[in-house]
Amino acid sequence: MNEGRVWRYGDDVNTDVIFPGKYTYQPLTPEEMATHAMEDLDSSFAVEVKEGDVIVAGANFGCGSSREQAATCLKAAGVAAVIAKSFSRIFFRNAINNGLPVIELKEGIDGIKKGDAVAIDFGHGAVIHQGNEYHFPALPKEVLAILEDGGLIPHVRKELGKG
Amino acid sequence: MGMTFAQKILAAKAGLKSVAVGQIVEIEPDYCLSHDNTAAIAKTFKKIGVERVKYPERFVIVLDHTVPASTEKYALGHKEIRQFVANQGIEHFYDAGVGICHQVLPEKGFALPGTLILGSDSHTTTYGAFGAFSAGIGRSEMAVLYATSKIWLKVPDTFKIVVHGRLQEPVTSKDLILKIIGDIGADGALYRSIEFSGEAITEMSQASRMVLSNMAIECGAKNGYIAPDDKTFRFLEDRAVREYYPVYPDPDAQYERTLEFDASQLGPQVAKPHTVDNVFPVEEVAGTKIDQILLGTCTNGRLEDLRLAAKIVCGKKIAKGVRMLVLPASREVLLKALSEGLIDTFVRVGAMVLNPGCGPCLGAHQGVLAPGEVCLSTANRNFKGRMGSPDAEIYLASPATVAASALIGVITDPREVFKGGAK
Repeated sequence: MNEGRVWRYGDDVNTDVIFPGKYTYQPLTPEEMATHAMEDLDSSFAVEVKEGDVIVAGANFGCGSSREQAATCLKAAGVAAVIAKSFSRIFFRNAINNGLPVIELKEGIDGIKKGDAVAIDFGHGAVIHQGNEYHFPALPKEVLAILEDGGLIPHVRKELGKG
Repeated sequence: MGMTFAQKILAAKAGLKSVAVGQIVEIEPDYCLSHDNTAAIAKTFKKIGVERVKYPERFVIVLDHTVPASTEKYALGHKEIRQFVANQGIEHFYDAGVGICHQVLPEKGFALPGTLILGSDSHTTTYGAFGAFSAGIGRSEMAVLYATSKIWLKVPDTFKIVVHGRLQEPVTSKDLILKIIGDIGADGALYRSIEFSGEAITEMSQASRMVLSNMAIECGAKNGYIAPDDKTFRFLEDRAVREYYPVYPDPDAQYERTLEFDASQLGPQVAKPHTVDNVFPVEEVAGTKIDQILLGTCTNGRLEDLRLAAKIVCGKKIAKGVRMLVLPASREVLLKALSEGLIDTFVRVGAMVLNPGCGPCLGAHQGVLAPGEVCLSTANRNFKGRMGSPDAEIYLASPATVAASALIGVITDPREVFKGGAK
């Protein structure tokens, strides 16, 4: 069970505002990337985000560019999970591949506000907010295996017998 | 029961007779694309612990995003990529100046009907215009493809988009795709495969079709397929790197939705800041003052785009206070534009012609915007901060609309200028 404080955003949060293009081709460490997380959407985020915080957003989170740093920077900033009504497919893949849990939640999102506490029960596939439990479907087993290994690179190293 | 294009090609690549929507398959792509992000991918590849790229002949690397390098860091990234491709024996390497990856892959004959192409760039969808299944992936996935050549893909549902009638000049396929995205929304086709068809698609040029597939990602689509025909095959003559076998959807394929549009009634469209689906007819935004014009990019930097814009501005002058940037999609396009006198036209009207590349589109270098500035662009994205300052505004439109607007200094309906001024 993971409990975290909520950062709340709307629909169509694109990867340009999560991680601006001007840094995309600079060789940065994940920790350096974290200092630019959400820079063009919410300048307070990178300063105030704490380990275990949760991002809750509307539809189509992570749309736009394929830049993987959008997922890497959130993971490095300490974000425990992103909960959204839906995700853009490339961001979804990048998040899993970086070991960042992404939860597609059809119900309950509209009632969650900035600063609220939410608990995530990964085992039972539930988000708990103010006593209400909202369920999300389990990831396909192939995808869950990547997340459980901490991301694609450790997963592949394990598969190739290098882990 | 019949299969859609996506089902057919994914089944074939997975070695299965048929696949169902939602099924996860493991496949090996025919070609994989990466660009300046190859420097980062090469570092991730090293972490996997595999020495050699498994099939170097399947990888195409194009330097285009920050070319020529504007900072020492970018230059170092390019240098590392050149070393990596030399060490790994990757022959399909196109260094700075050849063009934007999404123009270079078709020109060099990799975007082939019936192939599966993945790229660590979201606009990899472009090759759907050639009947390929092409989609964007992340950097880690590309590093794993170097090592294993294998990746999982989920079989998507499919939207069939039928476009009746014919576009009326100077309305272009850019106006059409903006209209489609505006109608269905930025997540309207999320995780779906799109199949474009209808009279308007059949009638339009191969270059115009590429605009539709390029921007399919802007409504969330996984890929944007157009059935290859004689126009496609002609384009690929003397270019195709190998034989190819077109794949077409079955006539009785099952579509999640069918959407219909009428091209003959369509006027010029403009996407207002800061989302691509914030689309209005040009009349509703006409008069908006602009500081910069961007003509080009992987969306609209092809010869027909430059021809249309040149036809509108020829013999005139750009409005005072407006900077116009012309960004051809490739060296091949630039050479043809030179020989047709189009570049001469642009320079004489006061435009700056940039080297082929991604340039200002993603705000990495060249022509970035200051706070409060407004850019009218033929690119595919207008997100906040994309071209520099988060306090700048980006409007998206067709080559005709940006050319007409460059002359007046405010967003202008190209039909007004086209009537009187075009030669």
